[in-house]
Amino acid sequence: MRDRYDVIVVGAGPAGSITAKTCAEAGLDVLLIEKRQEIGDPVRCAEGVGKDALKKHIEPDNRWIAAEVKGSLLIAPDGTEIKISEDTSSMKAGYVLERKVFDRALAQMAAMAGAEVMVKTRATGLLRSNGRVAGIEAMYLGETYNIKADIVIGADGIESKIGRWGGIDTSLKPADIETCAQFLVSNIDPGEYSTFYLGNNYAPGGYLWIFPKGGHMANVGIGILGSKSGDVRAISLLQRYIHNNMPQAKIVEMVVGGVPVSGPIEQTVTDGLMLVGDAARQSDPLTGGGITNAMDAGKMAGEVCIKAKEIGDYSVNTLKEYEDKWRATIGKELGKSLQVKNLLIKLTDEQLNKLAYSLKGVDVSNMALPSLLFILFKKNPKMLWELRTLFK
Amino acid sequence: MSLNVNRYKCGYCGACVGVCPAGALELIETWVEVDNTCTSCGICAKICPVGALEVK
Repeated sequence: MRDRYDVIVVGAGPAGSITAKTCAEAGLDVLLIEKRQEIGDPVRCAEGVGKDALKKHIEPDNRWIAAEVKGSLLIAPDGTEIKISEDTSSMKAGYVLERKVFDRALAQMAAMAGAEVMVKTRATGLLRSNGRVAGIEAMYLGETYNIKADIVIGADGIESKIGRWGGIDTSLKPADIETCAQFLVSNIDPGEYSTFYLGNNYAPGGYLWIFPKGGHMANVGIGILGSKSGDVRAISLLQRYIHNNMPQAKIVEMVVGGVPVSGPIEQTVTDGLMLVGDAARQSDPLTGGGITNAMDAGKMAGEVCIKAKEIGDYSVNTLKEYEDKWRATIGKELGKSLQVKNLLIKLTDEQLNKLAYSLKGVDVSNMALPSLLFILFKKNPKMLWELRTLFK
Repeated sequence: MSLNVNRYKCGYCGACVGVCPAGALELIETWVEVDNTCTSCGICAKICPVGALEVK
């Protein structure tokens, strides 16, 4: 470790590793730190990802692909099934990842591009110079170090402290977080689709998922809206589901975590600081998916770091380009998803069933989510009226 | 009033850290630290996926 870098990236998840790689490839001095002693572990993720969005960043590798899925199977509260493909251009729409291996592969890419990587290294505060962010205070194996940098990237996930220290309030309200529990179960046959069960009985304000992981295994999890948690918990709902519906399942791993579903937050950059990935609340409020948004944002942030270095200006004036870019792309999609999420969480089980019935006789098998929503809207304009602005 | 973390239940996922309005929590490896800015508001206890937090 040196005492100065061009860019320090805090957090070695997908957002952080892609930011670090992008910067390092352009010759910037980059330090990527991870507070845990193992990158990628423990997992806090259902591990589903769309193929095309992933391939923009990395060549698929069987070392971190647990299974391929053909699409999604949505199940209404009364059991009505809707089968859709997440990607119309290919029969096999998505992957279920092995995040422990995937995250390490991304960090490896950053390392091979020239970034320095440190694990068990935790940011404990920001350094400032003339009021500007000028690096981090970090703890490594019990010792505190001051490490200077022109830009600090907060890729520190749901827990993000970097933003708060930089004056950006990223705290999530209970209605802005899905609180989740998942078991990796063995001895089941999950089929070839990612399955989503909707309904207040399964998961109030969220959904239950079954994602195939290959070899008679699957991630079976439940996310519920934070505002509906308390009297019921994600873990107890999941235990009940497994007990009642999968008595043969053997649980070989437990995963818990929170997913930001706030939609775009007001601010993600300040002088000498940018937030990426879950730290910037860039996960999708409807699906909870965050991996490829995080990678896209990491790339955008990295490119703006390169530009900032070229012109020697690390103020918000330069870094704002990242904010503008992600808002125009990721942010737009998050906004739409938030609108749909806000409506869905209000619907009763009967209303959800009615939506599913309305698709009877319609071939939705090759449809992506936006087209499916449009059909639902056309068939149920009254119930879905507040979504009308999405289809203009 | 104080916040108790049941370390035998906690899955160290950090969701509590993300919702804390005071920034009073920090996750370090497998344990959650609570500093003196905690207001015992109970939001973390409400959203904890396993119910490991309790305001007493």
